[in-house]
Amino acid sequence: MSNQQVEAAPTQPKVENPRVKAAKDFYRRLKKNVPALIGFYTILILVIFSIIGPWMLSTDPSDTDVINKFAGPSAEHWFGTDHLGRDIFTRIIHGMKLTLGIGFASVFMGAAMGIPIGIIAGYYGGKIDAVIMRFIDILLAFPGILLALAIVSILGGSLVNVTIAVAIYAIPGFARIIRGSTLAAKNLEYVDAIKALGAGDGRIIFKHILPNVLSPVIVNATLYIATAILTAAGLSFLGMGAQPPQPEWGAMLNDGRSYMRDAGHIAFFPGMAIVIVVLAFNIFGDGLRDALDPKMKK
Amino acid sequence: MTVYIIRRVLQLIPVLLGVSILVFSLMHLTPGNPAQLMAGESAPPDTIEQIEESLGLNDPLPVQYWDYISGVVQGDLGTSMRYNTPVADEVWPKFKVTLELSIYSTILSIFMGLLAGIISAVRQYSISDITIMIIALFGLSMPNFWLGLMLIQWFAVNLGWFPPTGWEGPSSIVLPVISLGTAGAAIIARMTRSSMLDVISQDYIRTARAKGVKKRVIIYKHALKNALIPVVTVAGLQFGALLAGAVLTESVFAINGMGRLLVDSIIQRDFPVVQACILIIAVVFVVVNLIVDISYKFLNKRIDLND
Repeated sequence: MSNQQVEAAPTQPKVENPRVKAAKDFYRRLKKNVPALIGFYTILILVIFSIIGPWMLSTDPSDTDVINKFAGPSAEHWFGTDHLGRDIFTRIIHGMKLTLGIGFASVFMGAAMGIPIGIIAGYYGGKIDAVIMRFIDILLAFPGILLALAIVSILGGSLVNVTIAVAIYAIPGFARIIRGSTLAAKNLEYVDAIKALGAGDGRIIFKHILPNVLSPVIVNATLYIATAILTAAGLSFLGMGAQPPQPEWGAMLNDGRSYMRDAGHIAFFPGMAIVIVVLAFNIFGDGLRDALDPKMKK
Repeated sequence: MTVYIIRRVLQLIPVLLGVSILVFSLMHLTPGNPAQLMAGESAPPDTIEQIEESLGLNDPLPVQYWDYISGVVQGDLGTSMRYNTPVADEVWPKFKVTLELSIYSTILSIFMGLLAGIISAVRQYSISDITIMIIALFGLSMPNFWLGLMLIQWFAVNLGWFPPTGWEGPSSIVLPVISLGTAGAAIIARMTRSSMLDVISQDYIRTARAKGVKKRVIIYKHALKNALIPVVTVAGLQFGALLAGAVLTESVFAINGMGRLLVDSIIQRDFPVVQACILIIAVVFVVVNLIVDISYKFLNKRIDLND
């Protein structure tokens, strides 16, 4: 017995190899995917900007310049000013951390709830699975922004409540994907082998199933951040999210809609900002999916 | 097939029941007393008690739910707190508008999405493929309310081609339908492309090509039929997303539909109307998905009907 263990030790790095190889393989394929890299670096730059941007600007997002109301883009006000004479560029930079924050926080919370639900449903199956999936079906019966809208109607309008609403709206998607992957992973031979060796459910789930189902989670999460940002901006646009004077992009669009006739730039730039951020997440998510998809390995 | 349809319809019942319980709970999960909300901040306790009594708020919750659901089944959606009129009278005319908007937008999505997706797949990696996919990515990443505002700015304010708001006459529906349908078109285009590419690489297409069948016949007769199957599901899901997305589009174009009614009622805390709007959208969505699922099985004969 002890002999065997001694012999097994030198082969340890080789056992690690497949995962390292898979990771290397993944980076290689991701690097080849130029749009995905552009998406990734755009996100990185945006995150950095959202943190240091507000310090680099000398202007305050709430500073009003009554004489320069509705001013179009100029050297002084890059994106012009809004109906109160506030600098739109400054507001967009300050609003970036709100938008990204809502996106990351809601998807993180949604995943934190959806993953355990999906794993439990997929791993234990039977009645537990049936009950959980029926509940998920019920949540999925509220399409698009509707569930988030219903939740905000209960909780009341604020950025925190929008984040919670979008997180709850993300749960069914995560739960479903994870359940599917768990079902597939559960039936792999090596899981049977570990079970035969006496591993408990917790060990099997955390050490063997979770790592196997993570790649669809990562792809889903990335693409989901895009949806979350759009949904949150939509709620703020309807006046149910950010409250004035918060420089949230959806709320800024809502400010601008009354002045479309004379000052279209007030709504144009915040919308463009949303498009760029969402686009970056969508491209990066697409690239991740391609890089992680075994079918695309060729 | 009949057995499958019956089973799917029966499976719908628990989902609809759950949906109705969730919607019913909306009013009860809200902090604050609905009677107080209805009567106003400074209402005397007597009035509030009266309202509580008339709304049945003092009954146990299961009794209240039973009253609610038996009303709903008979078409009674409650009474609007704001106008004191039956919710059903308020909601149905507006539902018609929202349904029209969603149906037109779905048709646009499917038409544009299929066309773009097929062109992209057939000419993979060509300039037109790349252009279409870039446009689709943009379409997917654009908030529909922003697109709506920009369309108003260009085509209504600057060019004066279409009215900026409203839902009367054929010219007024163009901009809202484009605004709402674009994201769906993008999603369907991407789905069609990848599904077509999957099918085109299969053996039977190669066989057809080797036999000397014309490219046009291969694409439209052999490939498209099978490539359409996953697209049908996406189109069904899109219809639901559009029904909900109409909330934003209606707000942008000042269309008097159910979406706008829903938003106004949330802001005014008119819960019976909120409940009715959410319930109707969810039920329509679930039923449409059922129809899609059934047609999916019908289209794809390879699927075992017993799962």
